[in-house]
Amino acid sequence: MQSFSARWISRAATALVGFLLLAPPSAQAQLSIEITGAGANRIPIAIVPFPGEAVLPPGITPIVRADLERSGLFRGLEIPPLIPQPTEASTVDYAEWRARLADALVLGSVATRPDGRYEVRFRLFDVVKQTPLGGVAYTLAKDQVRATAHRISDFVYEKLTGVRGVFSTRIAYVVKRGNRYELQIADADGADEETALASFEPIISPAWSPDGKRLAYVSFENKKPVVYVHSLLDGKRHVVANFKGSNSAPAWSPDGSRLAVALSKDGGSQIYLINPDGSGLRRLTYDSSIDTEPFFSPDGKFIYFTSDRGGSPQIYRMPSSGGDAQRITFDGSYNVSPRVSPDGKSLAYISRNDEGKFQVALLDLTSGQAQILTDSDRDESPSFAPNGRMILYATVINGRGVLSAVSIDGRVRQRLTVNAGDVREPAWGPFIQ
Amino acid sequence: MRAILIAALLAVLAACANAPTTSQQQAPASVEDRSPGQPGAQTQGIGSNQVSGVDLTAQKQGAAPAGGKSPLTDPSNILSHRSIYYDFDQYDVKDEYRPLIEAHAAYLRAHPDAKVLIQGNTDERGSREYNVALGQRRADGVKRMLLLLGVKEDQVEAVSLGEEKPKALGTTEEAYAQNRRCDILYKGEY
Repeated sequence: MQSFSARWISRAATALVGFLLLAPPSAQAQLSIEITGAGANRIPIAIVPFPGEAVLPPGITPIVRADLERSGLFRGLEIPPLIPQPTEASTVDYAEWRARLADALVLGSVATRPDGRYEVRFRLFDVVKQTPLGGVAYTLAKDQVRATAHRISDFVYEKLTGVRGVFSTRIAYVVKRGNRYELQIADADGADEETALASFEPIISPAWSPDGKRLAYVSFENKKPVVYVHSLLDGKRHVVANFKGSNSAPAWSPDGSRLAVALSKDGGSQIYLINPDGSGLRRLTYDSSIDTEPFFSPDGKFIYFTSDRGGSPQIYRMPSSGGDAQRITFDGSYNVSPRVSPDGKSLAYISRNDEGKFQVALLDLTSGQAQILTDSDRDESPSFAPNGRMILYATVINGRGVLSAVSIDGRVRQRLTVNAGDVREPAWGPFIQ
Repeated sequence: MRAILIAALLAVLAACANAPTTSQQQAPASVEDRSPGQPGAQTQGIGSNQVSGVDLTAQKQGAAPAGGKSPLTDPSNILSHRSIYYDFDQYDVKDEYRPLIEAHAAYLRAHPDAKVLIQGNTDERGSREYNVALGQRRADGVKRMLLLLGVKEDQVEAVSLGEEKPKALGTTEEAYAQNRRCDILYKGEY
């Protein structure tokens, strides 16, 4: 909070004319995450408090443990105070840790450097195989505690699961409170949220550029949908598509060079390609039905989209240069919002069932098998984590808009809420390079 | 100023990324990263995530509608009626709204400088983006009628607000019916 305000004041000095200081977010604005389901076999891990971490509140290890537990794949063990306190340099008594039922062990320490910064070191051990799995030392300033902890979590997660961690990534979402809409960016654990855009008119469909530096989105600030690209570092935003009619549904090509958008300039809702600076418009679909919600395959060769050309909204796929489309979904009368997994092998989308429930579905693009992942009834806007393991989506619980996340096997579930507001339109950002 | 700040930030980040820690060399126990290809200790900098915000709520909201007596706002004039409602999953204008659209077409023909924005709306069920497309279909239908009645293309813009601006809140069929709607706004009113 402090650092946000401080950064804001320094940035305000350079702010564009006409843009007034945003109020610092209140404590209420933060997303809180509740774990509502976990994996079947969670790895028991002992994360021993790092000696010296009290100088870096709230401490490194509580964040690492929370990260790993939130993934649904780990169970943090309670550890009694140990004397002397072990560090990454200590000799590990594997038998002792095995007796504590730990499969994995994290030891570390925090030291203050002469320049006033801090150094965090840690080491990860496989207790079962009695072998160290590596470690890293980080130098950091006091406001980088969370970022450092997330990096450690990423290291541990990847070493023990073989899958890259997403703890250092960020998410974007829209909070609505009264008549106020805020496009917010937060860490993947909901912390350190910052407001990229505040408006009295709706904001929908945020989409991260592949480098994580920009967001495309649709803002209704001109009483109609207009597509913008917003640079997060300097707050500069520009119109990408403001043609006559509606401009909506931006999706980045994997190389970041193009956006696919849905425009009504030529009548109906049709899909076009446009450069992120608004140049180079090219129409891709030519029909009298609705074509919208484009989404690129990770190899950039195809665009998945929603169309009612067959009489009901279904998901189709066409070459990203345009051309004949192939129907992808067949079950049910309403399948929308296609999002291809990062490995290109599956498709998340929203499916309406016979009872009128809108739920997150996952289609194996090879086998054609579809699976419903959720038991809620008003799901919207699915978004894959960059490692493909979780799907973040919006839903409604007790009349309030919340975000939920579900693992691709349906077992791990989380719910993200804000106090006194609706959260919607989530978009999980890319890996930080 | 901005350039200086950015340059300073980059310098700090570069320093974080490159400088080996001094305590690293002093410490008796080195921390090993046993990842392939990365022998020995490695100190990594942590970058800051920054978001620079834009606040549109500090600006004035849209211009107030023009004052004075106008047939467009006179409650006894059909031109003050601006909303067209639809049945579920329907996009064609019902017969009961034909006189309303004909009156606006006549006004627009008589006032070639006048311009209208037709905003299509949907109820809240389903995908937000798909609802933008559905609202557009409603607005396009009204626009098409106006053009057939002799209004010039450049006087009419059809757009969609999808499910984003509900007139009625709630999840009842009554609320949904209020929200399946097109509104006609004259220039100066939006």
